[in-house]
Amino acid sequence: MPRNPDIKKVLVVGSGPIIIGQAAEFDYAGTQACRALREEGIEVVLINSNPATIMTDTEIADRVYIEPLTPEFAEQVIARERPDGLLPTLGGQTGLNLATQLATLGILDKYNVKLLGTNLTAIRKAEDRDEFRALMREIGEPVPESWIIESEKELEALARRESYPLIVRPAYTLGGTGGGIAWSADELVEIGKRGLKLSMRHQVMIERYLKGWKEVEYEVMRDGQGNCITVCNMENFDPMGVHTGDSIVVAPSQTLSDKEYQMLRTASLKIIRALGIEGGCNVQLSLDPCSFQYYIIEVNPRVSRSSALASKATGYPIARVASKIAVGLTLDEIPNAVTQKTLACFEPALDYVVTKIPRWPFDKFPFADRTISTQMKATGEVMAIGRTFEASLMKAIRSLEMGSAVSGLRWKGLESWSDVKIEEGIRTATDQRLFVILEAFRRGMAVEEVAELSAVDPWFLHKLQGLIELENRLRTGSLDDAGLLKEAKLVGFSDRTIGQFFGVPEMQVRDARKSAGIVPVYKMVDTCAAEFEAETPYFYSAYEKENEAESVVGDRWPVVGESQAGSDSANSNLLSPPGVESDVLTSEVAYAHGGSLNTSGETTPKAEAEAANSTGPRPPTPDPRKRAIVLGSGPIRIGQGIEFDYCSVHSVWALRNAGYESIIINNNPETVSTDFDTSDRLYFEPLTLENVLNIHEQEGAEGIVVQFGGQTAINLAGPLHKAGVKILGTPFESIDMAEDRERFDDVLRELEIPKPPGRAVTTAEAAVEVAEEVGYPVLVRPSYVLGGRAMEIVYNRDELMNYMRHAVDVTPDSPILVDKYIVGVEAEVDVIGDGTDCLLPGIMEHIERAGVHSGDSMAVYPPQNLSPAVIDQIVQHAIALSRRLEVMGLMNIQFVVQDDTAYVLEVNPRASRTVPYLSKITGIPMVNVATQIMLGKSLKELGYKTGLHPTPENIAVKAPVFSFSKLREVDITLGPEMKSTGEIMGVEKTFEGALYKAMIASGVDVPYRGKMIVTVADRDKEEALPIVRGFVDLGFQVYATDGTAQFLNERGVPAFRINKIQEGYPNILEMVRTGQADLLINTVSTEARTERQATMIRRASVEHSVPCMTSLDTARALLMALSGREEGRQPECHTIDEYFAAAKAHA
Amino acid sequence: MKAILALKDGTVMEGTSIGAPGTTTGQVVFNTSMTGYQEMLTDPSYGGQILTFTYPLIGNYGVTPEDFESRQVQVRGAVLKELAPVPSNWRSEQTLEHFLKAHRVIGVAGVDTRALTRHLRMIGVMMGGISTEMSAQELIVHIHNAPDYGSIDYVQRVSTEKPFVWKPEEVRRSPHTGPVPAETQAWRVAVLDLGVKYNILRRLTDLGCEPHIFPATARAEELLEIDPAGVLVSPGPGDPDRLGYALETVEALVGKKPLFGICLGHQLLGDAFGGRTFPLKFGHRGGNHPVKDLQTGAVTITSQNHGYAVDPQGLEGSGMEVARINLNDGTVEGLRHRELPIFSIQYHPEASPGPWDSDPLFQEFVDRLER
Repeated sequence: MPRNPDIKKVLVVGSGPIIIGQAAEFDYAGTQACRALREEGIEVVLINSNPATIMTDTEIADRVYIEPLTPEFAEQVIARERPDGLLPTLGGQTGLNLATQLATLGILDKYNVKLLGTNLTAIRKAEDRDEFRALMREIGEPVPESWIIESEKELEALARRESYPLIVRPAYTLGGTGGGIAWSADELVEIGKRGLKLSMRHQVMIERYLKGWKEVEYEVMRDGQGNCITVCNMENFDPMGVHTGDSIVVAPSQTLSDKEYQMLRTASLKIIRALGIEGGCNVQLSLDPCSFQYYIIEVNPRVSRSSALASKATGYPIARVASKIAVGLTLDEIPNAVTQKTLACFEPALDYVVTKIPRWPFDKFPFADRTISTQMKATGEVMAIGRTFEASLMKAIRSLEMGSAVSGLRWKGLESWSDVKIEEGIRTATDQRLFVILEAFRRGMAVEEVAELSAVDPWFLHKLQGLIELENRLRTGSLDDAGLLKEAKLVGFSDRTIGQFFGVPEMQVRDARKSAGIVPVYKMVDTCAAEFEAETPYFYSAYEKENEAESVVGDRWPVVGESQAGSDSANSNLLSPPGVESDVLTSEVAYAHGGSLNTSGETTPKAEAEAANSTGPRPPTPDPRKRAIVLGSGPIRIGQGIEFDYCSVHSVWALRNAGYESIIINNNPETVSTDFDTSDRLYFEPLTLENVLNIHEQEGAEGIVVQFGGQTAINLAGPLHKAGVKILGTPFESIDMAEDRERFDDVLRELEIPKPPGRAVTTAEAAVEVAEEVGYPVLVRPSYVLGGRAMEIVYNRDELMNYMRHAVDVTPDSPILVDKYIVGVEAEVDVIGDGTDCLLPGIMEHIERAGVHSGDSMAVYPPQNLSPAVIDQIVQHAIALSRRLEVMGLMNIQFVVQDDTAYVLEVNPRASRTVPYLSKITGIPMVNVATQIMLGKSLKELGYKTGLHPTPENIAVKAPVFSFSKLREVDITLGPEMKSTGEIMGVEKTFEGALYKAMIASGVDVPYRGKMIVTVADRDKEEALPIVRGFVDLGFQVYATDGTAQFLNERGVPAFRINKIQEGYPNILEMVRTGQADLLINTVSTEARTERQATMIRRASVEHSVPCMTSLDTARALLMALSGREEGRQPECHTIDEYFAAAKAHA
Repeated sequence: MKAILALKDGTVMEGTSIGAPGTTTGQVVFNTSMTGYQEMLTDPSYGGQILTFTYPLIGNYGVTPEDFESRQVQVRGAVLKELAPVPSNWRSEQTLEHFLKAHRVIGVAGVDTRALTRHLRMIGVMMGGISTEMSAQELIVHIHNAPDYGSIDYVQRVSTEKPFVWKPEEVRRSPHTGPVPAETQAWRVAVLDLGVKYNILRRLTDLGCEPHIFPATARAEELLEIDPAGVLVSPGPGDPDRLGYALETVEALVGKKPLFGICLGHQLLGDAFGGRTFPLKFGHRGGNHPVKDLQTGAVTITSQNHGYAVDPQGLEGSGMEVARINLNDGTVEGLRHRELPIFSIQYHPEASPGPWDSDPLFQEFVDRLER
């Protein structure tokens, strides 16, 4: 069936900010969707509050709205744009929930908008626990014994009645929020109540916990005609009880026989048919390891994290195909974009093993509960591909970038664990369990014993044990043993790890390996296990015989029609069949190939031009000699998020535009950068020196771009430079100068740029000496940091000594920086330099004062409180630094402003977190410009001048978004350690308006009047006074404990006194827990007992979704946002182009 | 022990010997299924062939007699990347390595099977050999001296010697076929055994049939003697052009009984109605081939294992028409007679290995039986 011609304009709903459970995978899905729809000639309108996404580029969608994802804003967009359809299943749970709300509120009907793809009835049947169970019973598919609970009363009754363990699964929540395993009645009541609170429908399901059963997932697709396929199945390394987003996952399944595989596949297809899904769907099943008994656990009737993983694992673009299905196409009308020869209607065959490992934030939150269970805690994930399970696993481990915590297969410190602790570590799933199991094998524990404790399938355990056996042989081996070396490489040991065993440097292993002829080859991911010729250069390394990356060299830029004609004779199954000219056949062959290719629109010149635009046009005759490698940023983690994928992708596109062949290396399956058609060649590999050098040698690239992959990429600059690889852009010498504190201090002195006094130290004594010299408080941190890890403000000698002793490892190689903590306004700037000129696209002012990590503070562009004199200082300092450091490309500089003086805090000689945001609001394609400069263009040639770019009339506020509801035991106060997982942007004509939108978009939903609790530290009371008064004027009732209440009342601000926790009921904590408070203002106290209580209150605010401001600056901003509004009047919505038409005109 | 794999065109790959030592030759083919190695190894349609598994990890879930598709291993050799030393599955009774040794299968592991597959895809399937004793040169000469795959009638080697009635296994644990049906069997179905797979017989039994299996060389009269409600012409190995005797039997059954042809059986039915068969360059072997029903437009993912296809030219006017085609290359995947209760499919509704999506075709056959 050809696509529905009535659909000319479609609204795509994005997933908003990155939070745990909803990461970059929806940018990948949404970007694919937008492209797929535009290929069909459909105008795409997009709404997403997250500016750090590719999908919100005006090249990807026709009309981009960076606005809050609420029904109110979405309705405005619908009213303005009048789309024919809405695609709800590509924006994760956020998008789906918004679409459901729009439908329920009658907004879709009002504007005659059709929901595309899977309909709401199907979505409800899949998501509502009760309806889903009913449907499963109807079609005869087994579900575990379970109870739907909709009130606390029912919950308590059940808790008294049932035996344990039981699993709590809230309905309609994301990443299993509010779920968990209950081992007792008390636990059940606790987890269940939380789940009820968090569920959109106030509904939780309590389910029998299938302890020790296998967890298997199927990614399935169905079109409107009822054709169904399975894209991929995946087996969890961790048995039931661990959220699939927190599980180590392999694809395809490894321990299922064909009978089991097909049984579960058949069940999955039966379910997708019964639901009437039109698009993609994820089915999770549980299989008894000792029988054919299985249960259906749940389904996700939408594109998901698992579908992104399945897409990358197989090469099958699920989101793209789902979008085509949504507008009426059938699977047999959609071409297989990888082979270009076959259709989307088939099932991928893998001839490799894929391993996914989640990336958890526990390195940032050492005090958080490391246990992983039914509530997801990972912020991101890595994927690796290998021809053996071992190689795939070990590549994945390296891709995690655990720094010094993990070396080879060792997690530092586990060797000192007692045997009892090891056993406990095997029994309880944590982020460390894989390594604990490896340690157990090192100690000689038997597979059976580990299997008994962990319920991990013995097949995986034998593989792990095998790796430890090889470790033991490596320990006594040497470089001369080529056989051993080869064996180690086959299962994936890195040169570095091998070197550690042999006691030689990594490069020596590399040399020995190469001279023994042990070098990797590159295999292609082609969806079909080599059965058909594939067009898409998507590679992974393997220690095998044939190198496929080589055979593609020289055959670049394949034109679909030509290569098909040329290779059909060489590779088709129909070499010279007699009589295929028969009428029946030829017409059908034409149908199967040509006909379907037409439907993709790729053969129409207009669509082709458009498609080319969206990915950067392909130049007609690129020079095959010019190639550049862009390093990606690896897994999403706190401090290094989706924004670096945005930068990497734009750099790749800029390279293509400049006539270069672009090669990307990355290992994050969630991202746009690892989409097979983003770059000319994709290498799905760990971002380590060894892997990057191998690919560089394979490709003979001109150089490597390290500026856009965050700290991951910049950290490789030194080793790559030492290995003789050319770094494109800012020279390594300058990178080092910017990152080496001593050298950088010299530069600042030389340029006479002020900085907070302080020095780098390597001993605790020296730290104290510096602190006493500059005066407390001081800001302390390790010199090489990512996302402010281990950064602290210390107020006295004891705190400093404590920090030096416990918080960090101090060695001469990793000094600690001790700087005077200057209280003031922070500002940051991203500059583009070409060695001579230096462009400042914009300055951003932070809303929270210095001391709050820049990634966690709200920021406004253009600055609202900086004097022209300060702005001038910032501009002059930036230009001077850019010239002195010979910046070729991007650099980020952070300032703190005090008494009209701008002090430089630090510089990052790379693209920063704020680049996508600034690019969007200034209209300057910053990454594109920076990339062109790396290739030799000057700012002048590109039409830019030195200095600050003119500022637009509109105001943009960036606000951080946290995932605290997923991470219990993490204190939510803002400080120098970064804690946020994502960000959003609010744009308006006024600062207040922009603040309001930013608050709404970041989920701070505060009514115009209500009850607020104020507990501020003594030192903050004076400052808090006018803020609290402002809220009172708005109509808020203030509740405060003794001291604060008295303080406020004495100064004419009415405040009700409320009990502290120990003062009996009713008290402050109870008020939060019973949902009586609408807002909390709480600043950190230095008094231990007060602080302990405050921590409990802050946690309660997270559990009960009450906004809590821990910085007076944020509270002031919220007050401003609320005061600036007329109640009941919605701020307006505009496309990003409309907001910044003026800025774009300049660019 | 080292083993080498050589192809007739001189390609040589080294690996480790698995299974029995010795030398073997056969047509080297590849299958892209990710599960089902046991079913494949015992599938009679692989008679005369050396089977390459494109999935790199083979043997993960061990071996159980329950998953046999015939009484013995049928392949002439096995080529794979990595053989699991320790399997893990509740039904596993032995390792694949032991199984291969016990059945005297010569195999080679550690091969870059993807490179081999790409080679076969580009050049076409060809004769090859595995040896633990010969040099590469000797093996290539040996392959050249060996009779070509197309020149041997493998059907007679895999077919039953004497007719027999299929008795359901006493214990059956397959979730596909379910438990052994308790009721007495209602309809006799004659099965012309060109290399039948057990799961065909199991599925017929499940649907109330009593399969009577006849040797490939049985005459039509012998089959008709039991007055079957219908005849199933089974899959099997080799070039259909070598099977004049079986073709004669099929031709003689047309118009007399409802007929259902699977794979080789489908090809013979095509031949019987004036079609011809031709070899495919590298065949269809895997569990992911899309087949389109030309009547309904519906697409089904199928399990396939064939190296020849029916050329529909010549069917014109015979009453047989093309009912299904392969979406990948447009080749014929199913025939249907306009008037008579005769239909055939090129793929495997019995799955094992592969998707169960085509299972309803057995019911379709049962519905057409003379009851």
